[in-house]
Order: sequence, then structure tokens, then C-alpha cells
Amino acid sequence: MLRASAPGLERKVPDMDKPTDRGGPPADDADGLSAGPVENAEPRRGIARLLRATLARGRLLCAAIARIRLPYAVRRMLGMIPTLAFISIIIFVVIQLPPGDIVTSTLDRLQASGVEVSEEQVQNLRAQYNLDKHPALQYLHWIGGFVVGDMGYSYMFARPVNELIWERLGYTLLITISAMLFTWAVAVPLGIYSAVRQYSITDYTLTAIALVGLATPPFLLALVFLYVGFEVFGIPIGGLFSPEYREAPWSMERLGDLLTHLWIPMVVVGLGSTAVTMRILRANLLDELKKPYVVTARAKGVRPARLVLKYPFRIAINPFISTLGLQLPALVSGEAIVSIVLNLPTTGKMLLDALLAQDMYLAGSVVMLLAILILLGLLLSDLMLAWIDPRIRYE
Amino acid sequence: MSDATAAPPPARGEALLATVTPRQLAWRRFKRHRLALVSAVVLGVLYLLALFCELVAPYSPQTRNVAAINAPPMGIRFFHTDGFHLRPFVYGYDMRVNPDTWMREYTPNVGKRYPLRFFASGDEHTLWNLLPSTRHLFVAEGGYIHLFGTDQLGRDVFSRILYGARVSLSIGVAGVVLTFVLGILFGGVAGYLGGITDRAVQWFIAVLLALPTLPLWMALSAALPVSWSPLAVYFGVTVILSLLGWPYLARQVRGRFLALRQEDFVIAGRLLGAGRMRVILRHMLPNFMSHTITAATLAVPFMILGETALSFLGIGLRPPVVSWGVLMQQAQNWQVIVMTPWLLLPGLFVIIAVTAFNLLGDGLRDAADPYNTGGLE
Repeated sequence: MLRASAPGLERKVPDMDKPTDRGGPPADDADGLSAGPVENAEPRRGIARLLRATLARGRLLCAAIARIRLPYAVRRMLGMIPTLAFISIIIFVVIQLPPGDIVTSTLDRLQASGVEVSEEQVQNLRAQYNLDKHPALQYLHWIGGFVVGDMGYSYMFARPVNELIWERLGYTLLITISAMLFTWAVAVPLGIYSAVRQYSITDYTLTAIALVGLATPPFLLALVFLYVGFEVFGIPIGGLFSPEYREAPWSMERLGDLLTHLWIPMVVVGLGSTAVTMRILRANLLDELKKPYVVTARAKGVRPARLVLKYPFRIAINPFISTLGLQLPALVSGEAIVSIVLNLPTTGKMLLDALLAQDMYLAGSVVMLLAILILLGLLLSDLMLAWIDPRIRYE
Repeated sequence: MSDATAAPPPARGEALLATVTPRQLAWRRFKRHRLALVSAVVLGVLYLLALFCELVAPYSPQTRNVAAINAPPMGIRFFHTDGFHLRPFVYGYDMRVNPDTWMREYTPNVGKRYPLRFFASGDEHTLWNLLPSTRHLFVAEGGYIHLFGTDQLGRDVFSRILYGARVSLSIGVAGVVLTFVLGILFGGVAGYLGGITDRAVQWFIAVLLALPTLPLWMALSAALPVSWSPLAVYFGVTVILSLLGWPYLARQVRGRFLALRQEDFVIAGRLLGAGRMRVILRHMLPNFMSHTITAATLAVPFMILGETALSFLGIGLRPPVVSWGVLMQQAQNWQVIVMTPWLLLPGLFVIIAVTAFNLLGDGLRDAADPYNTGGLE
């Protein structure tokens, strides 16, 4: 779905809605709507003055810190730390929420297969997995390991999480990035075309396709691809490799095999955001094309293609890039479910299994890494925005 | 729409001197949006079908027809071997097992002609758990009718889609209502109080918007206990969908609130001595309600798609509850899809509903904008 703005953006682009701290009404003016003098205004004024003084002092402190000229990107990365800490708490709570834990689900499995488990063994198991400790300690244990790059041990796979994740995360990244490139490669030319040729048959066709693309759940599209692939081409689509290359070491042939399989998840994951970005670009470009400077340029005889690409397009692309960063969550979500349907060796399926087995370390680390991926993507899109649009400065 | 923006249309001759209320203006703007109008009708039909699914569906969602397992959709016909019939009918199947593939193959048999009877009696059902009845909109006399085919257990896909519509479409609206409450609460508090509260809420919203939605939904849904009743799971899924859905709405409410606070008509109202609640309720609320209702309309597809995705993965709603996502869970691998592609039909309904909501939201957005003349004089 479409999201309006990025976490970092408000800091740079002055928000029209936000009253400025100096110019706008003071903080205690919230009840300013009520007319007439307010009784016992004195003590409230005092508190307000104190608050304002504290705020001002805080602002000075911030200004002092800001004077240490760290590169903008570094400052943004530092700003990500509290965000990530908060996200990690959300993730931990959410994943630990269901009653029972990995030990109970392991016990169920053992008892189902007829193995007798003594109370002592259960206690040992709990101690081994740190489950006998307070949740806060469990959290610290997990996040402390995460920070130094040790994501703990997956009970389900009986392997360290690090080993499990890296390769799969690589494929997740590969699919997400290629889906994003696909979005760019398709949405930009089509968006320009349907804006320049507004109300043409092509424009209407593209609009219709975009509408349907927006409404199609990625997994349904993946299913349709599976069907068409079999009915038309007679091949079972799915996976990222042909069977003969699945376990093979890396070689040029294996890379080629990967590329022939990659385009399907790329298109399936990217279609929704392609539709959104195409519509945004079209709308923005239409707004720009009506402006006087375009008429002037046209009157001066600038060739149409050059005119559109050189001036209106550069302005129209601006919100496009900021929203591209925000489509990352959608792309990552799409990738997760598509990989389950298409049986891709990425994090999606592993995450689902880990969640069902309550494998905290594995599930938590996967979601955490995906969140980091998205935040880095947002940072990149902000940096790119400032690079493309000279009007935007880093603070 | 607010009173303040209720400028009468510019008079051009005597006939146009009549005044038009903002509501009428909005309706005029909306009517110009043909696609939005069509979408409103489509959604109306879908919701009516969902509301009266017991009557419209020829079978109950669990009725099994063992004579037609994995049977393809039937066409409604008017021409028999002896010419045209006003009463539509369907042909029953001949089933034979393919000796090579061991799969059931169905061919329509001209000899088995089942005419449709309208408002005739069929499966027993209880409309809205209140009115027991056996009447159905249509039943096939002397045989069976499967407009969209049947699934692995011989259950009628058409009937199940209608029952699924009730769950999927209502979860969208229920989720949005909850989102609405959360969004207005947080957005309103942030926009109203401003200062530190505003910044804290802003930061919180930014964090939530940056989260990978589906993986978190998956984590939350996996947390729903298996022992819960279908109704509890339904509400659980609704809450989960809203938990990550409200920031977008809250952001808009806050923005509107802040922008309106500075508007001349709000200041004018205040100067004229109107109380705070009167200014908020009488002048500000009508103004941003239209926008938030639009935003809410555009949020419904988000909910429907979310429910579908979760149920499809098997961690949202679970059988015996029937929703569009649950229905598509049957079609999870390519073998099933190739054999019985009609099991993907619930997906078509998802696409129709979501597209209609998107278009309707676009139309409402244009209609809610008082500065959009939309070509009206």
C-alpha cells in the first residue's frame, strides 16, 4: 500500500502542517480555542515557562551536538539506533506472545514419538535455552548477541542462526532489489508515456493494468504464474534453480540458471509497486506539464522528448523516489509470501516455520534483519532524494 | 464539508441563483467520477450478496456432492437439443477416471438436463442465525448446479465464495473501524496537543510505517492460540490488521487537524465566542471527516488483502470458517492449480472488491475536496 512519508524526511523538508517552534502558537496554547481569560492561569503559566525553558535548553544541547559536523549519513545511522532498539522490543514481545515455547513444542513432538521425558530433563532443556530466566534477561541475551553478530542457536534446525540466515537473506535481498529495479525500469517509461499521451488508448490500458496490478495479492499472481507456466510452457515453475543446479557449487552455468528463474519472483513481487509508482509519476508529471515554464520552453522550440526529460521529469521524479523508499516494506512483505508459494530458498518460508515452532532466535533475527534492511533502504532513498533534488539540503 | 466553504456557485443568469449545499456539491463532483459510481454499485452488490449469502447460495458451505468431486464450472444454458427454453438449465456431468492419470474427468451429459427453479427449496439454512428456511434464490431441479465448480471434497465453490464474502468483506470494514478509532485518537491527540506528544507520536508512526508488515502480521497471527473459537480468531485477526494499519490514518488526521487549526474560519468561530467543543465538532470535524472517510475507504483493501494473505498462509482464519483467503489455501501448489484452476476464483473476487474500493476512494477523495471544481461551474 501507499505510504505517505519517510521517517527521516520530516527532518529535512519543512512540513507544511507542522507549526514551527518559534512562529507557531506556544506549547500551552492547546486550549487557546476557548475564549476569554482562564482562571488560575498563573500556576499554569509558571509550569509552561519552566517547560519552555527546559525545551529551549534541550534545543541548545541538540544544536551543540549538531555542531559536531558528522556526515549526514552517519548522523542518520545514529538516529536509527533508538528506532531499532524499539523495533527489537516490539519483535521480541510479539514473538514471545503465544503461550508455550520451543521446549513445550519439542516435548509434544518427543512424547508423540513415544519418548519418555523426565521432569529433570525438561528443566535442563529450559536452562539450556535460557527459558528459565526472566523475559527481560532473555531479551537482553538475544539482543546482546545480535549486536555483536551472534544471533543465537536455532532449536528447530539445530544449527546456529547465523549459518541459516546469511544465504537465505542474500536471496531475499537479491529478489527485493531486482523487484525494485524492475519497478524503476517499467514504471518510469510507462509513467512518462501515459502522462505525455494522456487519455490515449495506451494510457487507459496502462491505467487499467495498474489498477488490477494494485489489487492483485502477490501470492495470487504467483499462483497464476504457476498455472500459466505449466499450461503454456509445460514446465513446473518455482524455486530459484533447476534441480541439477540446486546443490551445485557456483559457476557461470549456475548463475545463468539463477537468472532464468529470477525473473518470475521479480515480476510477481514488483508488480504492485510498479502500478503505484507509475500512477504517482503520471499524476506528478501531469501537474508539471501544465505549468507555464513548460509552455515557454515549448514555444521556444525545445524538442518534446528533451523538454520532458530535462525539466518536468526531474521535478516529477522527486516524490517518486521518496515513496520508492517506502515501498520497501511492501516489497519485503511481498517477497516473504511469494517465496512461500514459489518455494524459493529465501527467508519467507523459514520465518513461517520458525514462527509456528516458536523458534524465538531464528524468527526474531529474521524479522529484525528485514527491519534493518528497510531502514537502510529508507536512508538510501533519502540520500538519493537530496542528491537528485538540489533544493533539499541535509538540515 | 464545512459551512465556511459553502460559497454559492457564481451566478450566471437567473436560473443559477439557487444555492447548493456543500453536500450537494460533493455529490455532483462524485457523480462525475463514472468509475467511482460503478464501483459503488459493484460494492453494493457484493455486500448485498454477502449479507444474504444463505439465500443466494444454492448450497451450504459444507454440503458435499460426492458425485462431483473436483468438477469444473457449469455453464447456464438456454438451448437444448430441441431448441430454446425460457427457463435456464444446466447439464449434469458424466464422470470417468482417466486410466493413465487416475484423475477424474467430467464431461457435460446432454441427457442430464436440470432446469433451474427460482426461490425453490433446497438445503436447510438459518438466515443470520435467526430465520430458518429452505428457500434458495435458485436450485437445480432433480440434480445439482455448480456454477464455479467444486473442490476436492465436492463442495460448491460458488456457495463457498459467497459465504467467504461475508467474512472477508466484513473483516475489511471491521478492521477499518478499529483503525479509524486508533488513527483519530493518536492523530487527534498529536495534532491537538502538539509539542512533545506530537513528536513522540510522529516518531512512533514513522517506526511502525517502516516495519516489514507481513512478517510482523505473521508473527502476531502465529501468536493466536489454536484453541480459540472461530469468532475469537476473527476478532484477533481484525485487531492484528488494525495494529499496523492505523499509522497512515493517524498521520492524515494529525495533518488535517494542524492545518485546520490555522484556518480563518476556525479563528473566526473562536473570535465570535464559540466554545472549544463547538468549534471542534461543528467546524473542524465536518471538514476533516470527509478526508478521513476517504482515507478509511482506501484502507479497506489493505485489510482485505492482509486477511487473504494471512489465511492463505494458514495462520489467519482457519477452516471451518470460510473466507476468500481460506478458500485459496486449497490452491497452494501448482499440481492443484493445474488440475482445478477454478479454485483460484476467490482471488478474482478479491481483485474485484479491492479495485472497487480503490476506485471508490479516488472518487470520494475528489468529491471531498471543496476546491476541486471538477469542471462544474
